[in-house]
Amino acid sequence: MLSRTADNLYWIARYMERADTVARLLEVGSRISLLPSAQGYRSEWDSLLQATGMAQSFAQKYGQTVQRNIESFLFFDRDNPSSIASCITAARENGRIVRTALTTQVWDALNTAFQELKQLERAERSTLELSRLTEWTMRHAAMLRGAIDATLLRDDGFNFLNIGYYLERGDNTARLMDVKYYVLLPRVDFVGSGLDNYQWTTLLRAMGAQRAFHWAYGGEVTAMKIADFLIRNPQSPRSLATCTAGLMNHLGRLAKAYGRETAAQGVARSLAAGIESATVEAIFDEGLHEFLTRYIAEAAHLANAIHASYLSGEMR
Amino acid sequence: MRLTVDHVTRYRYDAPARSVVQSHRLMPSTFAGQKVIDWEVSVEGGTRGARHRDGAGDLIQGWTVAGPVSDVTVRVRGSVDTEDLAGVLRGHRETVAPDCYLRETFPTRIDVALAELAATATGADILSLSHALSAAVSDAIAYRPGVTHAHTTAAEALALGEGVCQDHAHALVACARSRGIPARYVSGYLFADAEGQAHEAAHAWAELFVPGLGWVGFDPANRCCPDARYIRLGSGFDAQDAAPIRGIARGGAGEAMDVTVAIQQAAQ
Amino acid sequence: MSQFNEMYEGTSVRPPYARLKDWVATMPEELRSLKQAEAEALFRRIGITFAVYGEGGDPDRLIPFDMFPRVFSASEWSRLERGIKQRARALNAFLVDVYGRGEIIRAGRIPGRLVYQNEAYEKAVAGFVPPKGVYSHIVGVDIVRTGPDDFYVLEDNCRTPSGVSYMLESREIMMRMFPDLFRENRIEPVDTYSEKLRRTLSSVAPAKCKGEPTVVILTPGHFNSAYYEHSLLADLMGVELVEGQDLFVEGEYVYMRTTEGPQRVDVIYRRIDDAYLDPLCFRPDSMLGVPGLMDVYRSGGVSICSAPGAGVADDKAVYTYVPDMVRFYLGEEPILQNVPTWQCGKTEDLKHVLANLPDLVVKEVHGSGGYGMLVGPKCTRAEIEAFRAKIVEDPGNYIAQPTLALSTVPTFVEEGIAPRHVDLRPYCLVGERIELVPGGLTRVALKEGSLVVNSSQGGGVKDTWVLAE
Repeated sequence: MLSRTADNLYWIARYMERADTVARLLEVGSRISLLPSAQGYRSEWDSLLQATGMAQSFAQKYGQTVQRNIESFLFFDRDNPSSIASCITAARENGRIVRTALTTQVWDALNTAFQELKQLERAERSTLELSRLTEWTMRHAAMLRGAIDATLLRDDGFNFLNIGYYLERGDNTARLMDVKYYVLLPRVDFVGSGLDNYQWTTLLRAMGAQRAFHWAYGGEVTAMKIADFLIRNPQSPRSLATCTAGLMNHLGRLAKAYGRETAAQGVARSLAAGIESATVEAIFDEGLHEFLTRYIAEAAHLANAIHASYLSGEMR
Repeated sequence: MRLTVDHVTRYRYDAPARSVVQSHRLMPSTFAGQKVIDWEVSVEGGTRGARHRDGAGDLIQGWTVAGPVSDVTVRVRGSVDTEDLAGVLRGHRETVAPDCYLRETFPTRIDVALAELAATATGADILSLSHALSAAVSDAIAYRPGVTHAHTTAAEALALGEGVCQDHAHALVACARSRGIPARYVSGYLFADAEGQAHEAAHAWAELFVPGLGWVGFDPANRCCPDARYIRLGSGFDAQDAAPIRGIARGGAGEAMDVTVAIQQAAQ
Repeated sequence: MSQFNEMYEGTSVRPPYARLKDWVATMPEELRSLKQAEAEALFRRIGITFAVYGEGGDPDRLIPFDMFPRVFSASEWSRLERGIKQRARALNAFLVDVYGRGEIIRAGRIPGRLVYQNEAYEKAVAGFVPPKGVYSHIVGVDIVRTGPDDFYVLEDNCRTPSGVSYMLESREIMMRMFPDLFRENRIEPVDTYSEKLRRTLSSVAPAKCKGEPTVVILTPGHFNSAYYEHSLLADLMGVELVEGQDLFVEGEYVYMRTTEGPQRVDVIYRRIDDAYLDPLCFRPDSMLGVPGLMDVYRSGGVSICSAPGAGVADDKAVYTYVPDMVRFYLGEEPILQNVPTWQCGKTEDLKHVLANLPDLVVKEVHGSGGYGMLVGPKCTRAEIEAFRAKIVEDPGNYIAQPTLALSTVPTFVEEGIAPRHVDLRPYCLVGERIELVPGGLTRVALKEGSLVVNSSQGGGVKDTWVLAE
């Protein structure tokens, strides 16, 4: 397969997953902001932007962190490369370039999302509830994922799509957890408070994992349980364990199909081993924030290895 | 006359290039006034690529250098026996029709001043007209290095009234074409002996097509026709088309180039 | 001016269209608009929204599709086919000749100036004979009809004629919407085109290539208006669609960058212009091409289709001499006629043109897309005078032709069905063999009375049928 084609497929997945995460982030933010802010700490929206690394570009363009501006910035703003509109447009453009590597269903899913996005952009903003926008985004992300799983040939293109998905998803899970743990909670003495638990529940809800969590663990929502669920539990669709296993699987299939391993497989193995061997106790000993920061850096290292080995076209 | 050449071109990139591809017109061909004794082109760390003789009779050799590379050195060494044929290119195999060289290119585009300059030349036949055109260009553009650059056009050089061999050659090519004489740009080397003026050893001149004689060289920069001191490398519509080295670096930012050329007369 | 209607001869229906008479007669009004909407939705869905022939314009614009087919009988087609193949052979012989000894010029049959000073003549390939002696592998011949047996060639396209995706998709859509029509009429298939194209391209692989050649299509990129066509052809042939950045030269060959490492490429069907192919040989600022490609090509390491330099054969000034080429190289009489053409660069011709402007069509020699064109009978006096000034200023840049009474084919229009003018572009494939798929692209001028079929100026497309014996 052409390296550029593989690169486009990989980015379709990353962009759509990113759009999905931004939608979830918007939902977390709006739910948390419904809490009475008696404590007098910084705006939650501010914290969210800070955590996603978008605070500066937001401040430059909009200044005030009011919800409507945030919605504009995270959903509609084409100047923000991580906005939902930018991500969906980029995913569809990548899809158009490699149209022949996609099935009609996959192309339809991408193209329909894009065409509807154009309608949303034309609609009167006051008629667009935030929840409608976030649900719309998640629905289309799921439709694309479904079309890929149901119709695509299980060839190397399928593997590159999945590698994109798992890399982006792992990174996003780690960031969302970090937002909650490191940024949202203003002071250590809030740990275990009602606010703390409410925030964790909101996070689970945003990840569509609230029910799954209760089925799997039951009882009180604690940071330890959540960390176990979102980092170590292979049943959780967004856990780091699930993502690294997915990366290992699809990189392994590539190595088999191409008859050779590259640097990427080695990096993926060590990333997965790091998740598998970590106990919850060890994670909290190290510090959840430190652990997540390390994961994010290692995953970025893996992304670079995948780029160098497969996507750049420089491999000999 | 036996001439030896040692010509080194060194490219340096501030940011290493991912790969470098070059196309060389660096092999002199053999014809009545020029016989190659030995000749070697090397590119440090490079892979010799495809090679062919083009329709104008020049041997073109491709080279690739795999990156990352921040330094590419092209070295040309060899010796050639030359003979003074008063500029006539005899026994040179080529298939391009002379009329092809009536076409204008950007650096040889005619303007009013060039056309007027060309119109001042007179001659009873094409050969004497060609000599007159060459002399007119020599008179109109004084030799002065540093005032023009690689992309200066013939019209600009004439307006300045100064330039180097590339500008002289472009101007003569433009003037000749405006008078209906097929003309082309030639790149090569010039050996400057004791009495000779100290012009660039990497040299350029023009060839005009004279019915009955074929292609005849004219060097307006030196007010003469190429003789035994000249080594002819290749030709084209203009300097870019006849360039001895054309190359491109992928991802190499900030290219710097330096060239040294040494031409010597060998004892026979 | 009497116009030839391809369906009706007076009140009687010409045989090729016989079965279509009932089809339209029995089609209810509602069904028609339903089907028309369906066709449009299908076109938009597959994304075939580009301008034909590089006319530019909005890339998301849809070209109107007319459901009323254009039909040729087997015998009509067989004559066209012979004529087109003859022309394609002569054009290729001409190209081999002018990049070689130039016999036709030496023989005084065509002025050397028209060839050697032509922008499209590539000095860089002089003296080179491409594999199988083919320069133009896909020859698109634009043909108009003025009577039952009167076909004229308007122009030849020897570089990379576009629009074949319309031929293929129009057929797909018609078969999907009106399967009964295809049962009732015995219509020659066109979907063999991609297989024939692949075979043609493979047949001109360089001698150095051993085994099954690797063929790719080189596109300027997804912003190009014909990108859909490039990707459709790549898909149908099962070959990679590459951009310049996907290819690189190393040693004596060209490779593409794949996830498994470099893979050698043998044949490049390029859809970019000569000037952009290789910055080391042509325009140094080109980002679309492959540095070093021409050196590999000239040394026989890769084939390029169409061959660089092929454009000199389809120049509008060279066009006038194609019938002479047929006689000179093939020793045959041309089966298809040229439209009589006056070259404004010639003093005699210019005089005639200026005296007869209101009756003539005047075109720029290098223009395309129906722009820079004067259709005398359709223009006001002021427009004609303005154009006259342009011609006088630079006569060599213009040719003129009589206004032809283009044939008409019934077309669905708002008021019902009405005759509209059409032209035809079949695609002739030249490799080891010379082949022509029975069909082509029929463009139709949707505006009443209009003779301009270009999509940028209100043109649409039709499915083109060739009936089996």
